[in-house]
Amino acid sequence: MATSGTPPSAESALPLAGLDDTALVAQTQAGNVDAFAELMRRHDRKILRLARHITGNQEDAEDVLQESFLNAFSHIGNFAGNSKFYTWLVRITVNQALMKLRKRKSDKQVSLDEPVQGDTDDLVREIAVWDETPERTYSQEEMRRILDDAIESLEPIYRTVFVLRDVEELSTEETAQTLEISVPAVKSRLLRARLQLREKLTKFFRRGKGDDAFAFL
Amino acid sequence: MLSCKDFLGWLNDYLDETADDQVKAQVKEHITNCPNCWVVYDTTKKTLQVYKGMEPKEVPESLRNRLMEALLKKCGGTGC
Repeated sequence: MATSGTPPSAESALPLAGLDDTALVAQTQAGNVDAFAELMRRHDRKILRLARHITGNQEDAEDVLQESFLNAFSHIGNFAGNSKFYTWLVRITVNQALMKLRKRKSDKQVSLDEPVQGDTDDLVREIAVWDETPERTYSQEEMRRILDDAIESLEPIYRTVFVLRDVEELSTEETAQTLEISVPAVKSRLLRARLQLREKLTKFFRRGKGDDAFAFL
Repeated sequence: MLSCKDFLGWLNDYLDETADDQVKAQVKEHITNCPNCWVVYDTTKKTLQVYKGMEPKEVPESLRNRLMEALLKKCGGTGC
């Protein structure tokens, strides 16, 4: 494996890359650590992004990434395959990230349990059509920064639900189970999260935004 | 016809295609006749699209090496 610190042999790297997650989990359970290294390589980008979105901090996210993989490796024997390996890994990562978030902000009372209050009416202020091609106005790197900043500006109770449902594409039920909240709570928080993000992104993506530089013409 | 408040209440189900046919028809009728709610629907839909379309950043090589070292260290301790 070209990406690891201590690469497995060339003979073992190729077949592992061709295996699906279920087969790699079985190989890991049989004691093949290279199989787990392949699982890490396959999922590390998304797991790092997930950790970053929940903790809102790159350093914490890197710690969470490592703790989550090591935790998954330690408990791989208990993984019964009732869900996908990735979904199981996401649950471990969310737990690690929430612990980290609560520890870091312990004096600010980060809670995922507080009831959602207020109406959604107050979340719709900006009514503006978006540019059809915002990617022409912003580079991929700028787009990523805009999207990441918007997520990280949400309250943790909203951003965790949004990240699990709309970025990781977990079902409503899986999201509720992972966060240990009710399905109605997932739904109401998701609506608020989506509307808040829409509001924030409208500032960047509204039609004509890209023409601002030429407004003097 | 749905009110704008009702529309917001059904927006998630409409976007996720989990609304039943009757609700779907009512939402569709509402956004056809209410330009502001159409904009809210369209821009919320695009919000989901931009997030779904965004690929995660590459993990820095140094971090991958650190992960691998941590895994091998853990293995060393448990004899795997």
